[in-house]
Amino acid sequence: MNDLIRDSLDHCVKCTTCETYCPVSKVTPLFPGPKYVGPQAERYRGAGPSPDASVDYCSGCGICTQVCPQDVKIAEINSRARAKLWEKRGVPLRNQMIARPTVIGRLGTPVAPLANWALRNRAVRALVQSATGIHRDAPMPSFAGRTFQRWSRSHRGEPEAPAVVYFHGCGTNYYEPLVGEMVVAVLEHNGFRVIVPPQDCCGLPLQSNGNFPAARTYVRRLVAHLAPHARAGLSIVSNSTSCGLMLKREAHEILGLEDDDLKVVSDSMYDLCEFLLGLHERGALRTDFRSLPMKVPYHAPCQQRGHGIGKPALDLLALVPDLHMIELDADCCGIAGTYGLKKEKYEISMAVGKRLFDDITATESDLAACDSETCRWQIAHGTGVTAVHPIELLYRAYGLDRSDQPELVMAGTELERVAG
Amino acid sequence: MSYDTVVIGAGLAGLTAALRLTEQGQRVLIVARGVGATHLAPATVDVLGYVAEARVESPATSLAALLATSQDHPYARIPADQLATALAWFSARAGGSGYAGSLAENMLLPTALGVAKPSALAPRTMAGGDLRAGGRFVFVGLQGFKDFHPTLIADNVVRARLPAPITARALELKPPPSRVGDLSPRVIAGRFDTDNLGDWLVGALEHRVDPDERIGVPAVLGLRRAEETWLELEKRLGRKVFEVATVPPSIPGIRLFDALTRALRTGGARIVLGVRAVGARASNGSIEAVDVVNATRTVSHQTRSVVLASGGFATGGLELDSYGVTHETVFDLPLIGVPKADRVRFAPGYFDAQPLAEAGVATDDLLRPIDSSGHPVYANLHAAGAILGAAVPWKEKSGTGISVATGYAAAEAILAPHTQPLSEAVR
Repeated sequence: MNDLIRDSLDHCVKCTTCETYCPVSKVTPLFPGPKYVGPQAERYRGAGPSPDASVDYCSGCGICTQVCPQDVKIAEINSRARAKLWEKRGVPLRNQMIARPTVIGRLGTPVAPLANWALRNRAVRALVQSATGIHRDAPMPSFAGRTFQRWSRSHRGEPEAPAVVYFHGCGTNYYEPLVGEMVVAVLEHNGFRVIVPPQDCCGLPLQSNGNFPAARTYVRRLVAHLAPHARAGLSIVSNSTSCGLMLKREAHEILGLEDDDLKVVSDSMYDLCEFLLGLHERGALRTDFRSLPMKVPYHAPCQQRGHGIGKPALDLLALVPDLHMIELDADCCGIAGTYGLKKEKYEISMAVGKRLFDDITATESDLAACDSETCRWQIAHGTGVTAVHPIELLYRAYGLDRSDQPELVMAGTELERVAG
Repeated sequence: MSYDTVVIGAGLAGLTAALRLTEQGQRVLIVARGVGATHLAPATVDVLGYVAEARVESPATSLAALLATSQDHPYARIPADQLATALAWFSARAGGSGYAGSLAENMLLPTALGVAKPSALAPRTMAGGDLRAGGRFVFVGLQGFKDFHPTLIADNVVRARLPAPITARALELKPPPSRVGDLSPRVIAGRFDTDNLGDWLVGALEHRVDPDERIGVPAVLGLRRAEETWLELEKRLGRKVFEVATVPPSIPGIRLFDALTRALRTGGARIVLGVRAVGARASNGSIEAVDVVNATRTVSHQTRSVVLASGGFATGGLELDSYGVTHETVFDLPLIGVPKADRVRFAPGYFDAQPLAEAGVATDDLLRPIDSSGHPVYANLHAAGAILGAAVPWKEKSGTGISVATGYAAAEAILAPHTQPLSEAVR
């Protein structure tokens, strides 16, 4: 498999299609583009060092692979080259830190008020920037002060109902537990019992920061928790598109993991909206939606498009009376997981996202929808508009919001926005 | 998900078929391994440029000569009036200020090498470069912009065989510096959109160009507001200004792709890139579902019709394997034009007639791929674009014309049996 990925570079006919799409090389000379850095430079990356360091400026959005007419695995080749680079240099402390969301989550949750204050404090952020290299203006989510895991352990569903397994990811666990509750509520509304296995990070941030050995350890640990359910024939759903894609494909194609647990988990993984739309196709989705008279722009994140499942969120939300979704066509919000947090990449990430921010602003909506959590935080940061997971709109449309939840909380507003 | 039509391929043929069907109220899914040749080709519609090495003045009158020697040619399946209808339909949808030209006569537009290339239709931003007009031309280069050499263009166009005498000269301008170092077409086009490079260009040109000169600039006048920029340039300079196709990537081609996909999205079509159609489930001679491989599994999309617009060898619709066997890669359809095992597939010279280049599927009049006995392989499978055999687009200069014509005709064939009412989405 590893060799198949690398050997795909022989299919490259230098057509430059990837270069026309790369959101990063459009805005900075520091990244010469996916073709140069990928299929071309890869020929010079034998056992020796990488011919140049610019591959570190690849954000890993994966658009190049999606648009390549020749099936060259450009982003995957570049991701591995980046890891090779950092293997030689040693992954810096900052990157090791931001690549471990569970560690950060466990540290921040018990002291959430203090941690959130610190994350919003300009002076603290300036200190953090000079000490660690995390940009002072980069969008940071707020700790919820509780975890979704904890909520799920006390939550009781219908014991006799058919089961579905929920892989919620770190964003839901530490920052947006409300989103997780909405996922469970919508699945239960559709007659499922939701199993929430103990789970840890999927390793994606470590992968994109070039620490492959640690990333593999995280993947193995996670799939060991999920695999027994997959072997029992259950579907696994995830509302985090990038973490879901990690388990579907990237851990195999980029980390080169050949693992039985991973294989069976990959085969059972569904993006949340993909799963719900599948129910609808079988006539098994409840459509007792109430009217949501709103106009909401929708951005399908790069990693969501990497699933190759179309835009199921739009098909689902089209079922909601009076809800008008505006499909945006900007490529990338710029954040690319942890890329836009870094001091030297923050401005690039904001320049990449500008087109999306402008398009959202032009809709004059005060709400936007997007499947991926870090993209939502970036959109909120770049536009001042609240960004929600599509599940939140479905949850409201089903009338599942409870009286103790303020009208249109929209989980995104838990995020206090850094002035942008 | 269930669709009226699944279109395989997101190049010009696939997008044309998909948009026509979407406008007629169909629910359409486009699946493709990646984007097609729109990003490489200059966005002109070249219907027919050469027949047996002779340059074509009028595609309308020369088509008969082509078809006399090639009954299997894709154009043989397109009635003349439908070809004209398809081009008119396309012109009105292909972006901002639309297209100039017609089937009646070919323009001769300069390429980045200064070749006079015959095209039936061209974006209005390019049409002013029609060399048939004769007179004085000035070609403008941008310092640092690779592979666009105005001197080369000027030297070559004066050597071209043209109906009226022309003179041409070159001008090289130094664009204002920007933080993005590499002057790729994409980067310069972005600067025309956002940094008002048009203002700079007016200032740089107004005193250096004579009132009777036509001004050729590289086709990088922007992605989102190119037409405005072009109109503005013509107005403020008081001269004809035109874009000259660059080597890939093609900015006018990206504009075309953007215009077509925007119209598709607005009409409710779904476009999924980075996936692979691998086959179909059929019964009673009709396809019922197309199998598509995504990130982790194969999904069957139920559909009433299918358009195969997966391209030729260059984009993976056809494949020559290591045993020397040629395949159609999605449905393993029967092919015509494949040289027999004991015959030459490739001629020694790059620009020789390459026997394998004519390989592709043969179709009936509804553009349905047929087997060797002339029967459609599936009752509801239609083919369009470079997958069709018996054409030599690079030599005939017919590739984009075939894509638009057969994409449109495939859609019409699908629509005909049901003749559905026009939907409200039609604009």
